[in-house]
Amino acid sequence: MWYALVDCNNFYASCEKVCNPALAKRPVVVLSNNDGNVIARCPLAKALGIEMGAPFHQCKDIINRHHVAVFSSNYALYADMSRRVMDTLATCAPYVEVYSIDEAFLLCDVPPAEAQDYALSVRKKVMQWTGIPVSVGMGATKTLAKLANHIAKKRTDSGVFVLAGDSYCQSLLETIDIAEVWGIGRRYARMLQSYGIRNVWQLINADDSFIKKKMTVVGLRTVYELRGIPCIGWEDAPPPKKAIVSSRSFGRPVESLHELDQAAAHYSAIAAGKLRRQHCAAGAVTVFVSTNPFKNEPQYSCSATVVLDMHSAYTPDIIAAARTALCSIYREGYRYKKVGIMLTDIIACQELSPTLFTHMYNYEKRYRLMQALDSVNCRHGRGAVYFASEGVIRPWSMRRKYLSPRYTTQWDEIPVVT
Amino acid sequence: MAIQLPVCTLPPLKAPLYLMAIKAGFPSPADDYVEKTLDLHEHLIRHPAATFFVRVSGDSMAPLITHGDILVVDRALTPYSGSIIIAAVNGEFTVKRLVEQNGITLLVPENQSYEPIALTPEIDCTVWGVVVHIIRTVA
Repeated sequence: MWYALVDCNNFYASCEKVCNPALAKRPVVVLSNNDGNVIARCPLAKALGIEMGAPFHQCKDIINRHHVAVFSSNYALYADMSRRVMDTLATCAPYVEVYSIDEAFLLCDVPPAEAQDYALSVRKKVMQWTGIPVSVGMGATKTLAKLANHIAKKRTDSGVFVLAGDSYCQSLLETIDIAEVWGIGRRYARMLQSYGIRNVWQLINADDSFIKKKMTVVGLRTVYELRGIPCIGWEDAPPPKKAIVSSRSFGRPVESLHELDQAAAHYSAIAAGKLRRQHCAAGAVTVFVSTNPFKNEPQYSCSATVVLDMHSAYTPDIIAAARTALCSIYREGYRYKKVGIMLTDIIACQELSPTLFTHMYNYEKRYRLMQALDSVNCRHGRGAVYFASEGVIRPWSMRRKYLSPRYTTQWDEIPVVT
Repeated sequence: MAIQLPVCTLPPLKAPLYLMAIKAGFPSPADDYVEKTLDLHEHLIRHPAATFFVRVSGDSMAPLITHGDILVVDRALTPYSGSIIIAAVNGEFTVKRLVEQNGITLLVPENQSYEPIALTPEIDCTVWGVVVHIIRTVA
């Protein structure tokens, strides 16, 4: 059995290129929320020296000079392209574990002599079906597959690497820094370096009791995995999320309770929608607000939690709880930068037991109302139907000046051909 | 705050349990012949992960494909000579028929008043996907 880690190259920038052929030979960067920082760069943009995380306003010069295409984050597009990549991978292997929006582990059964060809075929298929370039790393464990992927990205032209057999050797592994190993954080890397363990080969040959003493059994597990002994299991069904957070920075400072309340209601509605998609209900609603710590002006941040009397995924319940919490922490005279909602005490719906009051609650009616709301918003795009308390004009909403069309999720935004 | 009671806590139905309202008394004999309704998506789309929709502008493929049509494009298919394809040519999407003739690859419009494009090395062209259906609204 092999683990393969498939990772999309410069995922957001690649998504922007798929449905816009005019970008094929142009450098592309994607900006974070509020168009703040560069969060994805295509290879052409990297070659210009635009750094990951660089503030947008600092790169404007390079961007103008080299005619770089700039995009705000288009999460509707990225989520749909991610689904396409994952669905394509599901045709390549019997088990697929989605690890993040642009990464997945595959578990596959191919003879060692065919592993390289298999990896190439996965890469080719994802490219053909979705237009997204991926790197594929293969190994006997998840940790080795991750490391192989790193090698595939940095040291090959083919974009694939199999870390096994002849390639699993001292001459290669001693050229790789331990900081590249999955599960070795920066702090552990520094600690190991102080003991003279700098490269992966040294780590593989480190003494078990030393590793266990310094990095607990979790670190030992990583070392075993590097030796080819699988210790990190297959997570078939990830447990429901422990918390759902919905929060954004404002496009401009907000002072009035009225506007904060609109934003809190808006994020509550988003969070409640997420909750329902996971078939879960929340027991507590937390609201947090903060001013901009980078501005030289009065600072304030605070949070408050309202415990629901019963678990709920009904948007008006969440909005009402958020309003109660917000009113208790709002202070006049501050310029707020951010408000956020966190839902906690999340349980799966089937764990709920009916109580004495359940039948008094028009349960069925409220359930159907939320279903209708979700299906309209699913068909016509998020925000087609919303609660009036979320506000209509939303002057506080985040900046997304360079948003591309939602090519794959909205009928009136699909690509045009001549 | 006021007492909050649980709502929306049932998982949604995966499929209709009954296609008829349940009435007391005798069940309808038609219940034995329940079938699901036809799903056009299922008919038009073989590879959901690889299928994209695009809208046509212009008449270079008329009368087969006309202005405003929606095309169902399957990227999982490999084009052959005669396929109608979406190609990216010099940074723009175009729909044409792919024709291989005497070792030359051409992008051929259906409309006689347009000229075929011969794919010479100077032309930057990649096949983006294969058109599998044309959707036209007529009423």
